[in-house]
Amino acid sequence: MTVISPFWTNLDQIFVLLQQWIESFFPLWLQPAVGSVLGVVAIVAAFPGIFALTTVLERKGLGRMQNRLGPNRVGPLGILQPVADGIKSLTKEDIVPLTADAAVHFLAPVVLVIAVFLGFAVLPIGRNMVLANLDAGLLFFFAIGASTELSIFMAGWSSRNKYSLLGAMRAVAQMISYEVPLLLSSVVAVMITGSLSTVKIVEAQSGFTGIFPHWYVFTPWGFAGFTLFVIAALAETNRSPFDLPEGESELVAGYFTEYSGFKFALFFLGEYLGMFSIAGFAITLFLGGWGAPLSVLSFIPSWAWFFAKLFCAICFFIWLRGTLPRLRQDQLMNFAWKFMLPMSLLNLLVAAAWRFLPEGPSRWVVCSAVLLAAYVLLGRVLMRHQHLGARSYRYAD
Amino acid sequence: MLGEGILKGLGETAKNFAGSFVSKERLTTVQYPEERIAPIENTRDFPFLVYDGAEDADEAAKLAGLRCVACQICEKECPPKCIYIVKSTDKKPDYVGKPQIYPARFDIDISVCMSCQICVEVCPFEAIKMDTEFELSTTDRFGGLLFDRDHLARSNQHYHKIHPTEAAEVDARLAEEKAKVEAKAKAAAEAAAAKAAAASAAPPVVKPAPAKEPGA
Repeated sequence: MTVISPFWTNLDQIFVLLQQWIESFFPLWLQPAVGSVLGVVAIVAAFPGIFALTTVLERKGLGRMQNRLGPNRVGPLGILQPVADGIKSLTKEDIVPLTADAAVHFLAPVVLVIAVFLGFAVLPIGRNMVLANLDAGLLFFFAIGASTELSIFMAGWSSRNKYSLLGAMRAVAQMISYEVPLLLSSVVAVMITGSLSTVKIVEAQSGFTGIFPHWYVFTPWGFAGFTLFVIAALAETNRSPFDLPEGESELVAGYFTEYSGFKFALFFLGEYLGMFSIAGFAITLFLGGWGAPLSVLSFIPSWAWFFAKLFCAICFFIWLRGTLPRLRQDQLMNFAWKFMLPMSLLNLLVAAAWRFLPEGPSRWVVCSAVLLAAYVLLGRVLMRHQHLGARSYRYAD
Repeated sequence: MLGEGILKGLGETAKNFAGSFVSKERLTTVQYPEERIAPIENTRDFPFLVYDGAEDADEAAKLAGLRCVACQICEKECPPKCIYIVKSTDKKPDYVGKPQIYPARFDIDISVCMSCQICVEVCPFEAIKMDTEFELSTTDRFGGLLFDRDHLARSNQHYHKIHPTEAAEVDARLAEEKAKVEAKAKAAAEAAAAKAAAASAAPPVVKPAPAKEPGA
């Protein structure tokens, strides 16, 4: 590896150094607590900032995909649109239905945002930049992620509204169904790394062959795992095409029908933060975390790579949202249990085989062939009774 | 194969995304308050009353040229009942010179109006037509949306400007009607004169009945 100048190493660790510098003003016994608080403040400030940028990026991007201009009035090129949105949601009347369970109705968005923020604790944003380096970081993330379902059901149940309840039931059914493939598809990274620690998983991918990195996505099982993880992540965060819980054509707005003003904004924030954290985990597990994509680019700070990858992931999610129509409930469930689950189980076997087969091109061929065959076969079986194409109306013809 | 359609769709949206930066024809959006596209000729939203006269006439001239004779057909036919008319007690000459009642009050509540154009269709006097003015927002939702006679009166030139084809037809019809009335009056006058000449000794008989009023 080439020698990196102290300027770049300092830039790489700039946030860590900043944290240590601020800590040095406090007595020794207080320093760990101050350090944690600083990390929390940084996360709580940075990701909602990214959320604000994402909303404007999403609206402009979707607009362009539909040959529109998107928001362009507030500030230069509409960049200040989130500020206007924020002021609007803060000043709007906060309506609580008369028959709603007021306490639970209030708590639901708070619980969602807190649960989502907790997920960021184990996300390695850069070299030495993880708030809590837990040995079971991945387990912690999924445990916290599962509790967002609670807040969604709280919102649906406490609103006393049929649309809210239906939306919440859909959301919970969907999120529990996709939790299974989400977990199973991430297990392959744990199997190969031999650790549940997110930091160790990133470190395991930080080597280079020539100039190319050892990211898990560049292996057959890693690619399959990554694809499955992204699909399950989309469903888990209620992103299009899996945004049935808020299917406005049939459910008004799903579980947050009865939310207005800042509580609605909190749900919105929670949803986007959930998307960032799960995209961050996809990056951590399969895309080398904060590692550079080419060895010659390693001098660029690690956190910059993480945020660049996060940006690409967000753009990809927006692109998908602009492309795909919403699924039907039965299609959603069929896809989860008949395609995602068998594929992710098979992927576990493939990853195990990869581990024990001798290194060389032979294991590449075997693993790829098994996965590809399974994909084609499952696809064929699933699509056998599907009549795709123009819809015909029996009575209209 | 499974997923083929998704890739095709992603390609399509990517093409739209990139294309919208390159070719201006793709973007159909008009930046409204600054840029405007002229409304198509059949645009219509709320009714107005036509008067014959200059576009910037004063109120007296507007009233003099008003075609409406307060027959109240539109008021009766209006489905949401948004028209309110009070007949005048005196009369004013209409466009052929015949004395007619005129509306002392003519109010349309455009917050109630549903732009159905039935008033236009039932009016026998070509007096009420549809306008294209759509920037009617106001801070006073009661008074600001209740248009009175003077607000509703727009000149025939304005009508020509917004609906040229239709206005030309209407003008032709009215001119024809007027010519017919004048010819009839002239013939009647001639007949009367001949009769008077033939029987100059005899006392003059009853005047001929007034010309039939023009109708659509």
